[in-house]
Amino acid sequence: MLLITCPWCGPRAHIEFTYGGDATVDRPADPDAVSAEEWLDHIYLRDNPRGPHVEWWQHGAGCRGWFKVRRDTWTHRIHRSGPPGADLGEDEPR
Amino acid sequence: MTRQTHRTERGGRIDRDTPLVFTFDGKRYTGYRGDTLASALLANGVRLVGRSFKYHRRRGIFGAGAEEPNALVRVGTGSRAEPNLKATRVALHDGLQAQSQNRWPSLGLDAGALINAASKLFPAGFYYKTFMWPGSWWMLYERFIRRAAGLGRAPLDPDPDHYDRRYAFCDVLVVGAGPAGLMAALTAARSGARVMLVDDALAPGGSLAASTATIEDADPIAFATRVREELASNAKVRVLDRTTAFGYYDDNMVVAVERRADGAPAPHCARQRVWWIRAGEVVIATGAIERPLPFENNDLPGVMLASAARTYVFQHGVRLGERAVLFTNNDSAYEALEPMLDAGTNVVAVVDARDGGPGDDALAVVRRLGLELVSGSVVMRAIGRTGVGGVEVRSLSADGEAVGDDSRRIPCDLVCVSGGWSPTVHLFSQSQGRLRFDAARAAFVPGESAQRERSAGAARGLLGLSECLADGAAAGADAARAAGFDAGSEPVCPEVREWAEGVPVRPLWAVPLPSWRHGKRFVDFQNDVTVADIELAAREGYRSVEHLKRYTTLGMGTDQGRTSNVNGLAVLAATLGTEIPAVGTTTFRPPYSPVALGAIAGREVGIHQAPVRRTPMHDWHVEHGATFVTVGPWLRAQYYLRPGESMMDAINREARHVRRAVGMVDVSTLGKIEVRGRDAGEFLHRVYINRIRNLRVGRCRYAFMLREDGFVLDDGTCSRIRDDMYYLTTGTGHAATVMAHLERYAQTVWPDLDVHLTSVTDQWAGAAVAGPRSRDLLAAACDGAGVSDEALPFMGCIEATVAGAPVRIIRMTFSGERAYEVHCPADYGIHVWEALLAAGESFEVMPYGTEALGVLRIEKGHVVPNELDGRTIPADFGFDRMEKDEDFIGRRSLERFREGGRRRKTFVGLISENGKGIPRGGHLVWNPTAPRPVTMLGHVTSGCYSPTLERHIALALMDDGEDWKGRTLYAASPLTADFAPVRITDHVFIDPENRRPKG
Repeated sequence: MLLITCPWCGPRAHIEFTYGGDATVDRPADPDAVSAEEWLDHIYLRDNPRGPHVEWWQHGAGCRGWFKVRRDTWTHRIHRSGPPGADLGEDEPR
Repeated sequence: MTRQTHRTERGGRIDRDTPLVFTFDGKRYTGYRGDTLASALLANGVRLVGRSFKYHRRRGIFGAGAEEPNALVRVGTGSRAEPNLKATRVALHDGLQAQSQNRWPSLGLDAGALINAASKLFPAGFYYKTFMWPGSWWMLYERFIRRAAGLGRAPLDPDPDHYDRRYAFCDVLVVGAGPAGLMAALTAARSGARVMLVDDALAPGGSLAASTATIEDADPIAFATRVREELASNAKVRVLDRTTAFGYYDDNMVVAVERRADGAPAPHCARQRVWWIRAGEVVIATGAIERPLPFENNDLPGVMLASAARTYVFQHGVRLGERAVLFTNNDSAYEALEPMLDAGTNVVAVVDARDGGPGDDALAVVRRLGLELVSGSVVMRAIGRTGVGGVEVRSLSADGEAVGDDSRRIPCDLVCVSGGWSPTVHLFSQSQGRLRFDAARAAFVPGESAQRERSAGAARGLLGLSECLADGAAAGADAARAAGFDAGSEPVCPEVREWAEGVPVRPLWAVPLPSWRHGKRFVDFQNDVTVADIELAAREGYRSVEHLKRYTTLGMGTDQGRTSNVNGLAVLAATLGTEIPAVGTTTFRPPYSPVALGAIAGREVGIHQAPVRRTPMHDWHVEHGATFVTVGPWLRAQYYLRPGESMMDAINREARHVRRAVGMVDVSTLGKIEVRGRDAGEFLHRVYINRIRNLRVGRCRYAFMLREDGFVLDDGTCSRIRDDMYYLTTGTGHAATVMAHLERYAQTVWPDLDVHLTSVTDQWAGAAVAGPRSRDLLAAACDGAGVSDEALPFMGCIEATVAGAPVRIIRMTFSGERAYEVHCPADYGIHVWEALLAAGESFEVMPYGTEALGVLRIEKGHVVPNELDGRTIPADFGFDRMEKDEDFIGRRSLERFREGGRRRKTFVGLISENGKGIPRGGHLVWNPTAPRPVTMLGHVTSGCYSPTLERHIALALMDDGEDWKGRTLYAASPLTADFAPVRITDHVFIDPENRRPKG
């Protein structure tokens, strides 16, 4: 069972959390300012990297906060997490 | 009852003052407290305990612990029967009833053994080859194979016992209470860390229980007891005996099962308990398992691991046989000699595969006891029919590839074998650690770690007692330090007297078989896999060890190949002409040993599988004859049956009554969310498709929420209670989804908005009052505040009091009649409900359930999740008129539906033309009897009998619905092979002008 660190509550078992998808895409501030194609990309197209990836998680059984997690999709290792505005940067050295 | 013919006069760690009676296959025997079922059977001279999986060969007890491949038994009777238990792991208790498995009609006379005689027809993968044709016969073959090959049967009755789950946290978890584990736990505990020590035996000690060494000049088990006592006196330490760590998961989560009761548990006591242990650091001290030596007929009852023989003699005082031969390729097996002689077994020969024989200390034992040593030789085969009667010994060539011509037969009834030791690396491997082949020890040992763990003692290939103790202490100190504790200087290990390992092991993966002999050399006893099977698989191209495993079933039994894995890999490597590390190992997966499903389920069985939610008015519904239906986690009143009524009678009565007078339905299950903050209105404006910014205090909107892809997420209501406070309701099943959706946008997309979301579903109860006389009822119920149409117009909301309780009244309708929703704090739920009923008595108020609620809304053409199924947009139901021309979640995506492409389905009503029901989930087709496939024009989303129209009606989504109106199609259900002619109409069946709600 993975251990996920909620930025507000600390490390907790993953059964307290819900996965919320890719956190590398932002909703365009003005949806009308983007082309139809760009909007479809925003809605449907996601990278599926093997390796580090930044994801949304919600601490549903705790503080109910949404936050970012930098997780390696290959090794399952969670490198770090941070509040929604955080830049989770590069990986820690292994 | 029989005498314990094979019990020694004295010795063993059994309690001879406490005899226990048990039965095996119906026959009564006695044993002593401290026995396992296996040791008690051996003490009674029972050699035959099972039939093998495939060939139904006679099998005896081979090991003494978790490695046992043969002695699988069914223990207990009736609903408490447990199949496939290892007799070596079953603690004997008074009244225990055990049965052998996989035999018919009896263990001694088994019809299935004919397979052994015809075994040439059943090579590895035989069912892939033999039963291929004709394909349709496979079902027949399968039934036969499943019956012939097999393990025990599970009981069919419900389990009468309960099981528990516990979560635990510690700084250092030590798995295994052998010499290394005890020292590790002791060292870590002395540092002040929170320590857990789990061990699967009845008492701590592990290999110490059968060791000939002394610790501080005393029995080594005394040392184990002393350590146990010190650990028990430390409040930060928890020791779990009879507990098997069976899974090592991510982030140092180790899962273990504790066996709390033999047979029936004490009252209110769980039979087994699963521990989920999150450990800071882990010490794996799981010991090692002795390997068998594959020679011809090495599965005959009477062939046993040397370490197991030592355990039975030392721990249980069992005399295993009259004349024994020891066959080994390493020094450790010599430790069994002296105890066996003491127990009265005559060791007639020691056969050692090494040319030079054993090391000095082992040799000294042989000399002192005056035993015959046959070096550079092997037991080529065991001889006997029902059990071992002798062995044939031959010399082994220098390269180990052939046996000599110097055949010699030695009569004996016991063969103790030792092929070296394999560290128990299962947990390490599960933790994603990499194994490394250690050629000097001829074993796979833990290599690079992937998690915060370290292996200690025999689990990493060490064999001597003193080095295991020291290694355990070092591992315990390392773990404590890594967890942030000061382990101080290295602890002093107790003084040990033991004899030293002299000459290293000579790897011997399979004893060569001369070409004229065709007997079976078993590698995997449990799954009946022989050396020849592996060689055949390799010849047929199964070069990957993972493929080999699945093709031959090597290592796939309940023992997970504990005794067979390494030998099997080595045979494959030899056949392929490569090295063992190049072949690699198969993956070890949890569980380490079988775990009862009941233990994993814990208390979450039956009604406790999921929480049940009841409304504050639940008991009232019960008292008034309600039948309940589950809606998500909720129990809702479905209808209220009166004497003499059928279900349909009740539903029709309730629905008619709402249209005629007034009814009340419990709507406490609706999701409810309070939205507060300076920007609450702005936030909701962006969330809903509707205009919310201009919603005045005291007004309510029926509103839609979309996903960003444009599809409807939920329909609900949004009422502005105060300037900076809104009260939302959502569908019963959508509450959690909507809440998470709103939180996500508030926190991640528009964090600059001042908005606070609180789920108040549990804090507010609700009742809908519907019908032409609903206003009269409310006027009678409400203290003070007026409910006139001026004070409370359609889609208005007010705060008021009912019988002194604060309420929020929202005027809206689901039924199509004049209606109000009265919400109140949940603790007042039943109070307000009863007050409303009392106020409505003179207006003939009647409660109605979810069925009538559904009928009323279908008649009115209102939508629920049946229609809002994640594939529909507001325009499909004509709600695009609500869409504002400013941005909201999902708006941009709706544009693509307008820009041409496929036309959307339209929402229509259906009326049955033959007076019969319209099939649920039916498909709209031209001709229901046309050959398939037929063109599907649409599908039925909801249907019911309408007591108002006195017709069966339904709602549907279909292509070009407007063009079809007035025409007849068929609603056909392939599931029920049923169809009905239906006329296509508008989706609003009653009051299309919508006058009634507005009065």
